[in-house]
Amino acid sequence: MTSLSTVKVGMADLGVLVGAGSLKTTGLGSCVGLTLHDPVARVSGMAHIMLPTSSIAREGSNLNKAKYADTAIPELIDRMQKSGAMTSRMVGKMAGGAQMFAFAATSESMRIGPRNVESCKAILAEYGIPLKGEDTGGNYGRTIELLGDTGILIIRSVNQHIKEL
Amino acid sequence: MFEHLADFQMDVLKEVGNIGAGNAATALSKLLDKPVDMQVPKVNLLPFEAITNIVGGSEQVVIAIFLRVVGDAPGNMFFVIQPASAKKLLERIAGLEIEEEEDRFSEMEYSALHEIGNILAGSYLSSLADFTKLSLQPTVPSLAVDMAGAILSFGLMEYGAMGDRALLIDTKFLEGQDAVEGHFFLIPDPESFGKMFAALGVPVE
Repeated sequence: MTSLSTVKVGMADLGVLVGAGSLKTTGLGSCVGLTLHDPVARVSGMAHIMLPTSSIAREGSNLNKAKYADTAIPELIDRMQKSGAMTSRMVGKMAGGAQMFAFAATSESMRIGPRNVESCKAILAEYGIPLKGEDTGGNYGRTIELLGDTGILIIRSVNQHIKEL
Repeated sequence: MFEHLADFQMDVLKEVGNIGAGNAATALSKLLDKPVDMQVPKVNLLPFEAITNIVGGSEQVVIAIFLRVVGDAPGNMFFVIQPASAKKLLERIAGLEIEEEEDRFSEMEYSALHEIGNILAGSYLSSLADFTKLSLQPTVPSLAVDMAGAILSFGLMEYGAMGDRALLIDTKFLEGQDAVEGHFFLIPDPESFGKMFAALGVPVE
């Protein structure tokens, strides 16, 4: 471990980091951990996305943008731009979107993990941001850490080997 | 939406936890042939992160039996224990030898845990259905051994669209000086509270 700072991103939360250090979010199940990185400006961002679309929101005016794929990604891009990043240089990576419980696969509304993944991909495509790495699906939880200096995404889980994207 | 629950409504929900978990604890005590202690249920509107903190944090590996409650008042139910507690349960109930590796379970152990969880969650729910006279059926329970955040977040989706907090009824049980410790979480869907209150004759404003 290094003494560099680690920015913790909670559930339905997002964070931006400039330079070295890392962004980390833990215990992703059906949620998607989406990361963006501008290698030139060395600006990194991470969102812990819980739901595919804000169209189902019943939160009123205090909507938590970090929670929904269609509001979290634009918000993340906006914050990264304010830190000097450019959308045209960003690369995306994501992990999570698991189907934690097998029986739930029979109900469309319970297929939340795959729907989160599909929604994130569609929104990245709208912005023309390439998806450079993906570790999604399965039936297990993940903890992810994005390294700010390299943009490498490290994925840990309980029974799988550590992966790097 | 739940900020304005009156004290007496909270008390009714605590009683719901008391009756459900009380029956489950009795079932567990029969399986163990030992008394099982149960704490007074806690009913709280908690931020999502705080819910995983109850069982040791988002990355803590836990064993969870999850079932969906369907019928008049739908919701999610979890029976959550730590791996070390699960090993002790298996040793005492099923007479299985504990393997050294704490987080690893054999097929036989999985199967036994699944069945124990099934019995406990089923007795929680059936007593709740009797008490409320509501039609409440469990789906087939699923077992997962994984990070608490990954597992519990699945039960919070119904609240996700409404805000960043969920209302849960948490009952902790203990046996033998904390040797076996676990939690029952009942997370009724947001619209189920009105039905529960109505079924129990509790006024709703």
